[in-house]
Order: sequence, then structure tokens, then C-alpha cells
Amino acid sequence: MTSLPPPSAKKLGLVIDLDTCVGCQACVTSCKEWNTQGYSAPLTDTNPYASDPSGVWLNRVHGYEVKEQGQDQSRIVHFPRSCLHCEEPACVTVCPTGASYKRAEDGIVLVNPETCIGCKLCSWACPYGAREYDQSQGVMKKCTLCVDRIYNENFEPEDRQPACVKACPTGARHFGDLGDSTSKVSQLVAERGGYDLLPEMGYKPVNKYLPPRARRDATNSPAEALPRPDGSAFDRLFQWADRVLSPRRADGRTSDLDHSGKLEG
Amino acid sequence: MHPAYSVILFTTATGAGYGLLVLLALVGISHGEATTIAFGLTSMVIALGLISIGLLASTFHLGHPERAWRALSQWRSSWLSREGVLAIVTYVPAVLFGVVWSGLIHAPDLIKPLAVITVVLAMLTVMSTGKIYSTLKTIRAWHNPWTVWVYLTFALATGVTILAAITSVFGNFPAFLVYFSSAWMAVALIVKVLYWRSVDAAPRDLTMGDATGLGRLGKVGQWELPHSVPNYVQKEMGYAVARKHAAKLRKLVIAALVLAILLMLSALVVPHAALLSMALVLFASVVQRWLFFAEAQHVVTLFYGAEAA
Repeated sequence: MTSLPPPSAKKLGLVIDLDTCVGCQACVTSCKEWNTQGYSAPLTDTNPYASDPSGVWLNRVHGYEVKEQGQDQSRIVHFPRSCLHCEEPACVTVCPTGASYKRAEDGIVLVNPETCIGCKLCSWACPYGAREYDQSQGVMKKCTLCVDRIYNENFEPEDRQPACVKACPTGARHFGDLGDSTSKVSQLVAERGGYDLLPEMGYKPVNKYLPPRARRDATNSPAEALPRPDGSAFDRLFQWADRVLSPRRADGRTSDLDHSGKLEG
Repeated sequence: MHPAYSVILFTTATGAGYGLLVLLALVGISHGEATTIAFGLTSMVIALGLISIGLLASTFHLGHPERAWRALSQWRSSWLSREGVLAIVTYVPAVLFGVVWSGLIHAPDLIKPLAVITVVLAMLTVMSTGKIYSTLKTIRAWHNPWTVWVYLTFALATGVTILAAITSVFGNFPAFLVYFSSAWMAVALIVKVLYWRSVDAAPRDLTMGDATGLGRLGKVGQWELPHSVPNYVQKEMGYAVARKHAAKLRKLVIAALVLAILLMLSALVVPHAALLSMALVLFASVVQRWLFFAEAQHVVTLFYGAEAA
């Protein structure tokens, strides 16, 4: 049934930390690796070893350049993008067959590959580009929140997490119940000001993004902020060595380094 | 949006078929039984043929056409499902109407009630087609109050012009039909122009900064794509080839419709000009539908480098 179930108390989802994501793509490849043999299997590729490879991936990591006010240099933000398991997903309600559905018990949005007719309308309805059509299977694929891991009793409890979360080397991905305000993920969102993507579309994403922290970059700091000579014996030794080693100039003076590291004179 | 040929054929052919069906039912309501069995059967076969070809074409772009029957199940939430259900239900009164109206079975009392049901269901089916697109908030050019009216008016304009063309072949071509079909083409043209004006005037106020939420930090630009070759999302939702020719193609649609109206009016003198008029209005219908897809920008393009959507 593609009519939405009543809102569930449990809202499983991801919290993605844009401050610590380094864009290593480990979550992307571990997602592909798990899901090509999991619920949505297989995630097929076309011409994987040729010059124009393409394929179905459920998680993509973009790189954006942000020009902040008052900063000379842009900062790079790595931005993982996958299904946000919206509370009111249009991808589900537009589905004519009932293959797309939102689970009443935990809010996970899934596609049943046995009943999907491959009309692609759900991918048109999603503003986040979360759904990718599998050309060779003829059905739509999307993030399953590793539904076949998180409840898997064959796994140790600590492994019952989505593959992307387990793979992240910087701990930038967090999995949990965003419907429970006392959960770790909910507290993280509250603490760090986690936000929704495109809230104006009205689909109420469950996944949240933690904004990058304020920039702390010493190379952009003014010269005054760099350490100044303190007149110690070591300092004098280094100044003497600098004078001796610096090439002599025509006017008989040695060149000198100023505090900002630029050559003077 | 990628303009899939099967979807363009589907929407224009079924539109013309339902438009013709509505007109035949109206003829049935006003004039009773068809003048001849040949005329009645020919026009009914053309109407139902266009509808059936269109519906078949719609299954060509499916990954699993053999599962198409499943699309009839979710009419509670999905306009695509509602359209499928309505399309199939419409066959019942339409075929029965065709049988009694063409005079295959002589039952004049049934013509009117069957015609009324056929008109209502056919119009609802075309409206549902338009609703599939107009309810998608992700595509601003579709999420527009004019979208459904474009679908309805082009269905009627193409349908009535086909009826005029069939009538010109069977002789007995009333002047009223010339004026009526010209008027519907003019209405379709006006509605389409109003649609374009509305779409062009709509603000594109979402940016890459809004999509990523990084706009709170500063100006956001694309630094690196997540993949080295275009993926499904870019190919399906990021289609932009047509936009550079859009202005020319819009003029082509307008010119074709104006010429179609002039040709239809000239059918007062040379009846067979209605055939050319029909060809032109069908051409205009296909081109404007192609543009409807090709010009539409999807919000997801913001993640892939579009500055505004």
C-alpha cells in the first residue's frame, strides 16, 4: 500500500557530520559491497571495466566549495547524499504498484524488487536524487538503511548498523532512532544544530546533517598571531644561524625573514 | 527531464483518442445515431485505436511491462494508478457507446446515458494524466495550475480536429465543425501560451546553498562530482539539451497551430484541408509535449551544479 502508514514512534535514520567527513568514499564502496548481495541485490554495473563505466549506487559523496564571508580561501565540504527516509515521502505515494513503501514499524522507505514495474515516477518525485534505476534489473534501487544488517541476529550487536556507518573511518556517520529524543543521534542533532535538506519541499526528512564547525585555520591567520621571538638562548641561536646561512646581498646585508614568513627587502 | 519517446507518444496519442471520444459522445448526445455505420465505426476505431496505442506505448518505458497490471492497485494515493484504472474503466461505456451509436445494435435510448458516462470518464482520464505531472513538487514547470488545462485542451483540440478530418473524408462536413475545431485549437494555443508565461514568471528561488544547507556558511559552488561519468539521476533528471532551442521550438508550436487554424478555416472551401490541419495540430501537440519534458528542470540538479531551480 503506497498510502503512508500513520507516523511511527520509531524513526530510524542517519546523522551525517559534514565537519568530519573527509570524502574518502569508504561509505560509498562499503554500501555497494554490502547491498549488491543484500536486500536490493544485485546492484548492477554497466561496462564496469570499460571507458564509460556506470552503475547503481545508493550513496554518493559530492564535494562543494563554500566561500565564507571574510575568508580569502574557500573551504571544501564533502557531502554524502543518500535516501533520507522522509516522514512524508512523495516517492512512496506516487508509486502506482505499492512496490515503494514506508515501514510502519521504523519508518524505513523500501522498494520491493518483486513488484516494482520500473516506471521511474518515484525517482522524479524525489528532490534528493536518492533513487537510481537499475537498467539491467528493470527496477528502482534505493538505500535500505541496511535493513538486512540492523536487525540481523547473526551479527554481533555492534555490527547491527548500516554498512556505511561501520565503514566510516572518521565517525562522520551515525545511525539511530531520531524519533527518540533521548537517543544519541537525537542529542547529537540538538547539540550541533543538525538540519534537514530542503525542508521547504515538505517531505520531512528523517536523516539529519550536522553543519561544518566554524573554521579554525592557522594559515589564514594574520602575522601578529604567529609566535614572536621571545629572546631566549634558542631564539638567538636560530637568528645567528639564519644570518650565517642566508646568502650575502650586494649591499652587504643578509636577507631576513619577517614574522609572516615572507622574504623581506 | 529526459523526454522519453514512449511517454510523449502515450500522452499525445491517448489525449487525441480521448478528445475524439468525447467529441463523438457529444455528437451522439446532440444528433443521436451516427449518419452511417461506416462513419460511426471508423471514427470509434480511430478513437479507441489511438487510446490503445498510447496505453501500450506507456508500457514500453517500463522495466517490467509484464507487471503493468500491478499499477492498477494504488489508486488511493497515486495519480498514475488512478489514470490506469480510469483508462481501463472508460473502455466499458466507450465500447458500448460505439456499438449503439454507430448503429451496430439499434438501441437509441442507450446512446445518451452511455455518451454522458463516456464523456465524464474520458475527461477524468486525461485530467489524471495531467495530475501525474502537476503534483510533482520537484519540477517547478510541471507543478503549475496550467499543466492539467494544457493536457485537457490539447486532448480536445487534437480530438476535434481528427473528427473534422474524418468528416471531411466521409463528405457531409458541417461548417459548424470547422468553426468548433478552429476554436478549440485557438483555446489550446492560448492555454499553452499562458502556461509558458506562468512557468517563465515563476521564481527559481532555490539555490545550491539551499539544497545542501551549506548556504548558511557562504556562497556554495561545485568542487567535485561524486562520479566520473553521468549517473541515472543526471541522465534522467538533468536533461538540458533542448533548453537552448526552446525559444525556437515554442515559436514552431505557435506557428503550427496558427497554420492549422487557417487550414481548418480554408476547409470551408476545400474540405480536405482538414486533413492537413489535423497533421499540423498533431505535430504541434507532440512538439509541445516534448518541450514540456525537455524544458522542465528538476530540483535535484542543484546537487549537480545547477545554480538555481
